[in-house]
Amino acid sequence: MNELSQGQQHYLNQHRRHKRIVRVSRIAILLSFLFLWEFAANVGMIDSFIFSSPSRIALCFWGMVLDKSIFLHVGVTLYETLVSFILVIVFSILAAVLLWFSERLSEIMDPYLVVLNSLPKSALAPLLIVWLGANKTTIIVAGMSVAIFGSILNLYSSFTTVDPEKITLIYTLHGNRFHALTKVVIPSSIPSIISTMKVNIGLCLVGVVIGEFIGGREGLGYMIIYGSQVFKLDWLLMSICILCIIAMGLYSLINVIERIYQKRV
Amino acid sequence: MDYILELKDINYAYHNMEGETKALEHISFGIKEGEFIAIVGPSGCGKSTLLHLIAGLLEPEKGLIKLNGKYLRDSATNIGYMLQKDELLEWRTVYHNVLLGLEIQHMMTAKAKAKARELLDIYGLDQFANAKPSELSGGMRQRAALIRTLVLEPDILLLDEPFSALDYQTRLNVGDDIGQIIRKEKKTAILVTHDLSEAISLADRIIVLSDRPATICQTVDVTFDSKETSPLKRRNAPEFKTYFNLIWKELNPNE
Repeated sequence: MNELSQGQQHYLNQHRRHKRIVRVSRIAILLSFLFLWEFAANVGMIDSFIFSSPSRIALCFWGMVLDKSIFLHVGVTLYETLVSFILVIVFSILAAVLLWFSERLSEIMDPYLVVLNSLPKSALAPLLIVWLGANKTTIIVAGMSVAIFGSILNLYSSFTTVDPEKITLIYTLHGNRFHALTKVVIPSSIPSIISTMKVNIGLCLVGVVIGEFIGGREGLGYMIIYGSQVFKLDWLLMSICILCIIAMGLYSLINVIERIYQKRV
Repeated sequence: MDYILELKDINYAYHNMEGETKALEHISFGIKEGEFIAIVGPSGCGKSTLLHLIAGLLEPEKGLIKLNGKYLRDSATNIGYMLQKDELLEWRTVYHNVLLGLEIQHMMTAKAKAKARELLDIYGLDQFANAKPSELSGGMRQRAALIRTLVLEPDILLLDEPFSALDYQTRLNVGDDIGQIIRKEKKTAILVTHDLSEAISLADRIIVLSDRPATICQTVDVTFDSKETSPLKRRNAPEFKTYFNLIWKELNPNE
C-alpha cells in the first residue's frame, strides 16, 4: 500500500464518518418507531386491536410461516407482478419500435396514448373483472394497465431523441431504417430502458395489488382487503410491511441489472 | 466521357411551412477517377446538401447524377461518406466501430476483417483496437472514422468538413494525415469545407460555390510546381498564397 497524505486520510475519515452517521440514523429511526409502536400498544396508549403492534405482526407472520400460507400469498403477488412487468417491458418496447418506424402512426396515436396514460388506471380494474373474470389473468392485466402507457411514451421519446447524425451515419454506410434501429437506437436507449424498468416494477406492483383488492382469491392485496373486512388488522399491517420489502427487493433487482450492464459497457 | 461521377443541372430546395429555401441551382460538374476535389463556399450555402445528394441520402428535385455512366440508383459504385463528427458508437470498441459498415452490408468475411486489422495497423490504431472510443484523442477518432469508411473499399469518398470539430493544431495534423491516406489509397474524393487553406492544401481542383441558392461561381485547378505535395508542404509553397487570394476575392467580391 502506498502512503496516503494527511489531507487524503482526513478526507477519507470524514467520508466514512458521514456514511456511518447516515447508516446508524436510518436504523435508529426504524428501531425507535418499532419501539414506540410496541410500547404504546402495550401500555394501552393505542388500541392494539386497531393499530396492531410489531410483536403481534411478528407472531402473525410466524404463524403463517408455520402453516405455509404466507408463501402462497407472497408467491402469488410476486408472480403476478413479475409476469405483468415482463409483459409491460416486451409490449412497450414493441409498441415504441412500431411508433418509431412510422412517424405518422405516432402522431395519430399521440392523443390516445396521452389520455390513456393520464387516466387513473384503478378505474379500469372493475371493468377488467367483468370482462375477464376474477382470476390471475385479470390481475396481471390490471398490473400492466398501470405501467404500459407511460412506458410506451417514455421509450418512444427516448428513441426519438437519439442523435440524428448517428442515424445518418447508418445511412451513409448503406444501412436502412432497421439497421438504424438495431445498431443505434436500441443500444443507445438501454440506459433509458433500464430507468423505465425501475419505474415500471413499482407501478406493476401497484396495479397487481389493486387487481387483488377486487378480483383476488389469494395474494397480499387480497389479504389486505380480507383483513380489513374481518377486522384482522394484524394481517393487514403485516401485508403492508411485506409489500414494502417486496417493493424494495424488486427495485434493487433492477439496480443489480443496471450495474451488470454498466460493468459490461 | 470518363467521369466517374457526373452531376447535370442539379436543383434542390428545402420545404417547410414558412416556405421554400432554395439550396442549390444549376450545379453541374464531373470528377475523374483518382481526382481530389474540394468544394468551398460561405457557410450554410448548401455544400453538405450537395454531398447528401451525391450519397443518395436526398433526391434532387431536378437534374441527374451519374456514377460510371449509370444513374445513381442503378449504380453499383460504392460511395463512402465521412461526416463532420466521427460519430463513433461509444458502446462498441474501436475495432467493432470500424466493422459497422461491413456488418450492415453483410460483408463480414475473414478477408474484410483482416483488411480492417491491417488498416488499423497502418494508421497507428492497432493498440487501440479493443479500446472504447472515449479513450481516443480527437485525431485518432477521426482516423478510426476514416478507416470505418475505407474498409468498405469505396470508389468515391465524400468528406463533409471532417476536420471542423478538431482544434487548430490537431486539424492541421489530421488534415495532413487523412490527405496522405486518401492519396495513398488512390481514392477519388470530394471534400466540402469552409476553410480555404484546407481546400488548397489538399485538392487538385476547387469548386467555389456562391451564397444561397448556391451556384458554381468558379472552378480552380490547383497545381504546384514542386513534386513533393504533402498538404503541409503545400501550405508553405509560393503558389499557395496566389490561390488563396484568387478564391478569397471570389468569395468576398465587395472587399
